[in-house]
Amino acid sequence: MTTTYETFLDYANRADPYPLFPQLRRTPVARQPDGSYVVSTYREIVALLHDPRVSSDLRNLPEIANIRIAPDDAAPQLPPEFIRRDPPDHDRLRAMVMKHFGPPGAPGRVAGMESRMREIITELIDGLAGRSRIDVVDDFAYPLPVTVICEMLGVPRPDEPLFHKWSQIAVETNDPTTGTIVERNRRRFETLAKLGQYLDGLADAHQREPGDDLLSALVTDGEMARPDVLSTAALLLIAGHETTVNLIANGMLTLLRHPHVLERLRQDPGYAVNVVEELLRYEPPIHMPGPRRTALADIEIAGTTIPQGSVIVLVLASGNRDPARFADPDRFDPDRRDNQHLGFGGGIHYCFGAPLARLETRLALTELTRRLVEPRLVADPPPYRHTPNLRGPLHLLLDIDGIRSAHSASTQ
Amino acid sequence: MRVVVDLTKCQGYGQCVFAAPDVFRMPHHETLMYELDPDETKRDQVLRAAAACPVRALLLDEEITERQEKASAGNPDIGRIVIVGASLAGLRAAATLRREGYAGALTLIGDEPGEPYDRPPLSKQVLSGQIAAADTMLPRRDELDAEWIRGVAAVGLDLAARQVRLADGRAVGYDRLLIATGVRARPWPDPQEAALDGVSVLRSRQDAAELRRRLASGPRVLVIGGGFTGSEIASVCRELDLPVTVAERGPAPLVGALGGVVGRIAADMQRENGVDLRCGVTVTALEGDRDGRLRRARLSDGSVLDVDLAVAALGAVRNVEWLDGSGLAAGAWGVGCDAGCRAFDVNGIVCDDVFVAGDVARFPHPVYGYQFLTLEHWGNAVSQAHVAAHNMISPSGRLRPHLSLPVFWSAQFGVNIKSVGVPTFADEVAIVQGSVEERRFVAVYGHRGRITAAVTFDEAMWLDFYRDLIERAAPFPPDFAMVGRSAPPRAVPAEIPARIPAIHDATVVVTGHNPDERRATLVSAGAK
Ligand SMILES: Cc1cc2nc3c(=O)[nH]c(=O)nc-3n(C[C@H](O)[C@H](O)[C@H](O)COP(=O)(O)OP(=O)(O)OC[C@H]3O[C@@H](n4cnc5c(N)ncnc54)[C@H](O)[C@@H]3O)c2cc1C
Ligand code: HEM
Ligand code: SF4
Repeated sequence: MTTTYETFLDYANRADPYPLFPQLRRTPVARQPDGSYVVSTYREIVALLHDPRVSSDLRNLPEIANIRIAPDDAAPQLPPEFIRRDPPDHDRLRAMVMKHFGPPGAPGRVAGMESRMREIITELIDGLAGRSRIDVVDDFAYPLPVTVICEMLGVPRPDEPLFHKWSQIAVETNDPTTGTIVERNRRRFETLAKLGQYLDGLADAHQREPGDDLLSALVTDGEMARPDVLSTAALLLIAGHETTVNLIANGMLTLLRHPHVLERLRQDPGYAVNVVEELLRYEPPIHMPGPRRTALADIEIAGTTIPQGSVIVLVLASGNRDPARFADPDRFDPDRRDNQHLGFGGGIHYCFGAPLARLETRLALTELTRRLVEPRLVADPPPYRHTPNLRGPLHLLLDIDGIRSAHSASTQ
Repeated sequence: MRVVVDLTKCQGYGQCVFAAPDVFRMPHHETLMYELDPDETKRDQVLRAAAACPVRALLLDEEITERQEKASAGNPDIGRIVIVGASLAGLRAAATLRREGYAGALTLIGDEPGEPYDRPPLSKQVLSGQIAAADTMLPRRDELDAEWIRGVAAVGLDLAARQVRLADGRAVGYDRLLIATGVRARPWPDPQEAALDGVSVLRSRQDAAELRRRLASGPRVLVIGGGFTGSEIASVCRELDLPVTVAERGPAPLVGALGGVVGRIAADMQRENGVDLRCGVTVTALEGDRDGRLRRARLSDGSVLDVDLAVAALGAVRNVEWLDGSGLAAGAWGVGCDAGCRAFDVNGIVCDDVFVAGDVARFPHPVYGYQFLTLEHWGNAVSQAHVAAHNMISPSGRLRPHLSLPVFWSAQFGVNIKSVGVPTFADEVAIVQGSVEERRFVAVYGHRGRITAAVTFDEAMWLDFYRDLIERAAPFPPDFAMVGRSAPPRAVPAEIPARIPAIHDATVVVTGHNPDERRATLVSAGAK
């Protein structure tokens, strides 16, 4: 018998998984045939995000800890990135990067990137001039965050095709339908090793000639061991690649499905702040983080005991639609109060890049709605990417009647 | 515009700092310092910060009264509600009344001039000079549609006539009364010494402005009392690079609230930060010069300190004198009430029309063996005010109990200290996560084998987990495997000092023989 969770993983339901969630939530903590536990209700997800008995370090499972990638492989295996580590290492590593990215060390850094982001956005939209059909994903939602993360990290943009495929493979290894957890992690280690090898060369170059980018900061301040620098850079590169693109694309799709919201945003750019938060609830780019949490002890929750050693899967997107927490949860309503969504997770692994993603998406959606003339969906639903974890359109084709000039007034 | 952060909710995600770096600052791991009254040019930033906060801890002007969803929660007998004490608890109660649909007359009586303000920043951002004392106003409540009587104290209560008497001779009638008169700083006991120029306390906005003015001139400072307020003052002194001595009667700072084990950690923190900490001593005299300026302090160990400024941080005195002779069970211990916030009269019977909330309240907490607690916590004032307001306009069958576990925070020496539960209700304590050396850890308190409290130093994200354990009466010590645990936890005595509750000072005589005549009379309401 297929469980609701397995049905949800099925690609056939990618375009609209939401009708499955009520059934999924009927068992808030549901054991799966592979022994993992799937959590789908808001309260239980929040509790587990803050539960110190939940580890994010898969090396707790001997079969993962024992993975050694082929020694003849030229690229050395990297230590797990901090998203896959527990305190105190997690906290220490995260703080070492935060020092260069946000408070207390660099509180204004992200806000300071706004003008450069605007420049990139303007360029990308200007480039659409003369077109009557565009792909929001390829023409805009992908290149924007990639350019931003590359510039921030200090990775040459022209190298992007090189690591794009590694990034995609790494993301796919989160997808439970692509093999056992051991197979997937082995693939992940191999891919990250290759990415790490590329980044190692780059790190050397930055050490010799530092710029004002994050990689330069990490190698020159010398706090973090090189293998951790490489894991961290790989994590940021992948996270910056595969998430914001979905928020922007999901955002345009949702706005086009709710023309009154789109119109209001056109009239009032300030509305974008609430639109972005509601998108993170209603169409979150990460439906569930990759299965990397395990129980360090038996955990009793919602009438179920998750036995020690079990893999735990948190379906954030389902928690976001839990009627016990959000009134009328299937309604897209940027005016919603008290929108404590789970789009960026919670607890110590709360999204590191959230401020960046929020800023990019706010500017992106404001500009797209302001400048695209009469945008219309070509296909609804659009085709989706394969993975159920990081869910978003593969392409989002729009017909438009042209673009407004970058300097035109924000209304009409 | 005005903003206040509910720091009991805040978990230190820093998203507000990213969104509004000109308004919010996070100078260390998770202590949050912010402007309460940023100018209009920062409005967009603040709105973005409010939307980005993962736990929605920011309260802004316009969000105070949510849409009045229910129409007038109709109890036709309630035409006039009076709130005495127009500070945090009073204001929050008023907002809740309106939000829950109360449409009748509402009067707030407060003896302080000006609009209500937030006190926690006084010993933090204000003393350090980041914001002015005047810029601590709580978000606006104009839409409360209330009558404000400001700068006038209530001086008496007539329960039978349902009237509050004011200092200016007026009498204000009520159908429901909320008592939210809070506490004041316990003054230095010798009035002549207390009157010296350079001897002060910290409770009000004026106190803070005055202290700030003095700190700016670079004095040598003596803080008398190593509780939370005293420790925070000492912390700001060090931040300003001023020499400061803390004289604490107990064996370490914060012992009264957190016990000896965590107190010793606080002591180390003070010394590492350059505080001249002296424990096990009392200040026996404060001496001035001919002009009445403070010059010296004498300590019980015989030492003499040259100081220019002495701050008495000796705890609080409850503002209950106005209730003398009113027939309520009010005294040095506060105003007694039930878990539904209904005041007790001297006979120990609850009144249906008088309610209590905030620092002045003394209430039984079921989780703590129904013991009566007084809490001087921001979060308690807020949650108790909500419950009191709800109950004031609800029929007796729909009363809510004030059951929320106490949550407290304090920012000192760069560390955000938070607690949930009642740490003094404990016999043992164990460090269960993190590292004491790094000043990032979780201490869990236990009483007779169950968890009763948790204290975090820069680990606020875990606090809710322990709150749930307390609510489930989980066994102590928590012995399951956890992330961030360096060694198996070892339970040690918590070293909670014995305290004689002020209620022991009450002297009551009982008169009458027939069941209908027997009455209690409060003869003495305790030492003030
Ligand atoms: C310096 C300082 C720092 C603090 N820091 C923290 C902190 O970090 N964390 C935390 O949790 N809590 C902190 N607190 C405690 C917190 O501020 C209080 O718990 C909160 O203010 C309680 O609110 P309240 O409305 O019950 O009482 P109060 O704020 O004391 O208000 C009572 C009001 O009633 C008025 N009043 C008294 N008698 C009368 C009368 N007869 N007639 C009319 N009006 C009267 C008073 O003047 C006052 O305005 C701090 C307090 C201070 C002073
Ligand atoms: C809209 C875009 C984004 C979304 C929805 C998103 C979502 C998330 C979520 C849900 C988590 C928690 C994972 C977990 O708990 O298992 C997370 C973690 C993380 N994200 Fe994002 N993310 C986004 C953009 C970014 C960007 C742009 C970056 C890089 C700059 C980034 C870097 C990270 C990192 C490093 C972590 C791990 C944090 C930790 O373990 O402490 N994210 N993200
Ligand atoms: S929890 Fe909210 S208020 Fe606290 S630091 Fe984070 S964003 Fe700011």
